[in-house]
Amino acid sequence: MDWRWDFTFETVIPRILPGLWVTVEVTVLSFFLALFLGLFLMLAKRSKISFLAFLAAEFIEFMRGMPLVVVIFFLFFVLPMAGIYLPPIWTGVLAMGVYNSAPAAEILRGGLQAVPKGQWEAAYVLNYPPHQAFRRIILPQAVGPVIPGLGNLLILAFKETPLLSFVAIPEMLDTAKRIASETYRFTEPLTVVGVLFLILSLVSAVFIKIVERHMIPEMRHGR
Amino acid sequence: MADEKIRFEAVSKRYGSLTVLDQLDLSIGAGEVVSIIGPSGSGKTTVLRCLMTLEPVDDGVIWIDGIPLNKELRSGALIEASPAHLRRMRTKLGMVFQNFNLFPHMTILQNCSEPPVYALGAKPTEARSRAVDLLKMVGMESKQDHYPAQLSGGQQQRAAIARTLAMQPEILVFDEPTSALDPETIGEVTEVIRALATKHSYTMLLVTHQIDFARDISDRICFFDKGRIVEQGPPDAVIDSPKETRTQQFLRKVAKAR
Repeated sequence: MDWRWDFTFETVIPRILPGLWVTVEVTVLSFFLALFLGLFLMLAKRSKISFLAFLAAEFIEFMRGMPLVVVIFFLFFVLPMAGIYLPPIWTGVLAMGVYNSAPAAEILRGGLQAVPKGQWEAAYVLNYPPHQAFRRIILPQAVGPVIPGLGNLLILAFKETPLLSFVAIPEMLDTAKRIASETYRFTEPLTVVGVLFLILSLVSAVFIKIVERHMIPEMRHGR
Repeated sequence: MADEKIRFEAVSKRYGSLTVLDQLDLSIGAGEVVSIIGPSGSGKTTVLRCLMTLEPVDDGVIWIDGIPLNKELRSGALIEASPAHLRRMRTKLGMVFQNFNLFPHMTILQNCSEPPVYALGAKPTEARSRAVDLLKMVGMESKQDHYPAQLSGGQQQRAAIARTLAMQPEILVFDEPTSALDPETIGEVTEVIRALATKHSYTMLLVTHQIDFARDISDRICFFDKGRIVEQGPPDAVIDSPKETRTQQFLRKVAKAR
């Protein structure tokens, strides 16, 4: 096995870097979409309207039992049949956002449940209107417990993006495969993809640590 | 006795087949300090939780100042109270919890100054200066910028009492306020409660296991067992010369534990 540095630096890295951007873009956008949808799913699941709660619970179960590739293929081929034409990257964002909304909903629910019942009772007895109790008392305390889980979800989302190469979205793995099939050299492109994913996950881990330190306030450490 | 402040009229509360309160009748005068004692599981805390509308009652009516609390008068008939009615009635009530339930993400001062703002629409500056005064009253002014986790149990409970007073209630309800405390911090909390009972005109309802403390501050002691008041009267009568055998048994057990 020979390794060619000139090929790595002159051909592979310049061509894969735009793919890195696609990976980051799809991951971050789909993550925020998942958070947004997950919040509504969680609220629906907790809702007193039992039909809504039922639908949300069933949707979460359904998504959990579904491989992501199936969701990607489904949206990629079925949306155009329904007359909805999205750029492939947006289809990818949509697929991963919808797919990850289910675990996001469960993580958010866990955060709310981590707030002791006594906090609800104190807010009630102190006559907070329900929405103020939620915003001022419960939500700030639910943020801390939620961050590790959401950070995990973000890193998982990075690792899921190569599945988008199945529908020819030009993320890193897709680009690497193209380079390989043109040059018959597999080692350099695939190694570069691996190293870039390693860097991505290390960077996100540091990012999550920073967020954690800023969002979990003085209540834990004192000031 | 002065005017009647609170009245429980045939109030029953059941959890499934378990009857926690059994046709309870209890009347408390304005400014009266009443302590409830009794074995665990006797329904003491449930009385407080029903009064605070934390638990709905199954039968009967609770009255405050002659107005039904858990019911509402609509075109001549008593119907179940709406959340809005409960909210209005709760402005007269303040509760101190066994586990303090301070808000951990706020300083002690914020704990006392924010509820009046968000729940009563008080002006932030007024709420703040009131909170400072109240923290001074419970001896916590030097800790006002601390977070609850930085304080001892006794300090937290004193701050929680200040937070309750900040809402300007007329009735104070204490649910075993010293049960979660280390023995050496119990005294500082009972001193604060004692001051409230003697120097102010609050109507107070207290559940406690501290018999001596209850005797000291109460106008009346109610001994509870199996969801009913077995015996009630002035502290000396109930604690020193109880008439009912169950009261005698309970007090003997408590005396032995001390």
